Amino acid sequence: MTGSMNRRDVLKTAAAGTAVSLLPMPALAQNSGARVVVVGGGFSGATCARMLKRLDPRISVTLVEANQTFTACPFSNEVVAGLRDIKEQQFDYKKVADDKITMAFEPATAVDPQSRMVTLGSGARLPYDRLVLAPGVDLRWDSVPGYTEAAAERMPHAWKAGEQTLLLRRQLEAMPDGGLVIITAPANPYRCPPGPYERASLIAYYLKTKKPKSKLIILDAKDAFSKQRLFQNAWKELYPDIIEWVSLSSGGKVSAVDAATMTVETDFTKHKPAVANIVPPQKAGRIAELAGVADRTGWCPIDPVTFESTLQPNIHVVGDACIAGAMPKSGFAANAQAKVCAAALARLVGGQKPDDPRLINTCYSVIAPGYGITVAAVYRPTNGQLVEVQGSAGTSAVDAPKAMREQEAKLADGWFKTITGEMFG
Amino acid sequence: MISKRTAVWLVGLWLPFGGAMAADAPPGASSCSGCHPLSQSVDTPVARLIGRNPADIVTAMQAFRSGQRSGTIMDRIAKGFTDDETKAIADWYGAQK
Repeated sequence: MTGSMNRRDVLKTAAAGTAVSLLPMPALAQNSGARVVVVGGGFSGATCARMLKRLDPRISVTLVEANQTFTACPFSNEVVAGLRDIKEQQFDYKKVADDKITMAFEPATAVDPQSRMVTLGSGARLPYDRLVLAPGVDLRWDSVPGYTEAAAERMPHAWKAGEQTLLLRRQLEAMPDGGLVIITAPANPYRCPPGPYERASLIAYYLKTKKPKSKLIILDAKDAFSKQRLFQNAWKELYPDIIEWVSLSSGGKVSAVDAATMTVETDFTKHKPAVANIVPPQKAGRIAELAGVADRTGWCPIDPVTFESTLQPNIHVVGDACIAGAMPKSGFAANAQAKVCAAALARLVGGQKPDDPRLINTCYSVIAPGYGITVAAVYRPTNGQLVEVQGSAGTSAVDAPKAMREQEAKLADGWFKTITGEMFG
Repeated sequence: MISKRTAVWLVGLWLPFGGAMAADAPPGASSCSGCHPLSQSVDTPVARLIGRNPADIVTAMQAFRSGQRSGTIMDRIAKGFTDDETKAIADWYGAQK
């Protein structure tokens, strides 16, 4: 694989600051297979890159990712609640590189769909035959008045795991007993639909055990949410005096925030929380917009068989950024989509027709240590959309015994190990 | 007759990562590996399917689907696959090492 080594050296040189306008063609010519560039090394991108290389080692695969360390969002709510170390969320790309995938640790700054070229932060340019965009989400800073990047330093979103997760944890730890915590939840669609409610549950667990006079209010821009009955039953059972959920029709939509005065406003009232966790509306990561694959909604329409963009040929979009019909924006879904996309890519570059796929989503939420719940479904393409296979969709039983909740919490842990093993192990 | 799929499996088994996924997985199988690992080294309480007798997997799926066997999520997932789809996935998992 001298070709890929040359290419890696080129990228290293580029990262070191040397101007490289274009990769030398001779280096590429040594790779007999197709050139696939994957942008984004998370649940969908890392999975897609590895799976594609496994399906056809002749394909030259480059994974573009700005960070050397990946911090996973699933289970980061346990970090917020002081139940887990953030190191358990963090992974590197050594094993990915061992698969002979070329790593480019820099941001992608532009895509030219016509000349099939990705430009990186260093100025290096990567030609592709097929491009996979897996950029995850960007936060819409404009959507909650007053909620800016600077405001997020006082009022963390913690919706991208890492420093923000730790900031929210530190704020909870510093809060005196009797303080008010506010979590705001956006309208659909957004990353991890049950996430705000899992977070509320685990923060309530922290408050109950460490600061029992405190309260938590969820201000919601919706009237219904994922696994709602299971969450609300559990709150009644475990956190009756702590969690209050304010739905959209009860005035839950946030109209403005002010980080300087720590004020969270709705049309009806002003709150002065000790800790404010603002989860703002989102859109596909910026590179999707730059590549012309995001539509007016800010998300990316795709073909459900290949995950190829319906707006730009030869560009595929997987994970949270894509519009995957009935599939939610979850880590499990992103991983499942990535594997279907990789299988389709392997077929497409080999001149074959991709199979009609089936995809699964399983999404665990942990309400307290030893108390897990799920929602799951199987999906198939129907009339250009991914729809639930009849009878397959649903949550854990509302009246499940305690042993079942314990088992679901254990399986959640197993899922995380398996899926991160597939990505980084 | 040696099917195309069998031939692809045989090639897949030579690959260093155990051949998992290298074979053309039948529809749905690649999603299963989100929980049922394709590697022996993952420590998880989830049932291991690689190398399992396909008939056992099919029987379990039928029991989940009919409600004879209670599961956590498999009661729902099993309803998303037909008998033929289930069998293809079971055969594929059984062939993984």
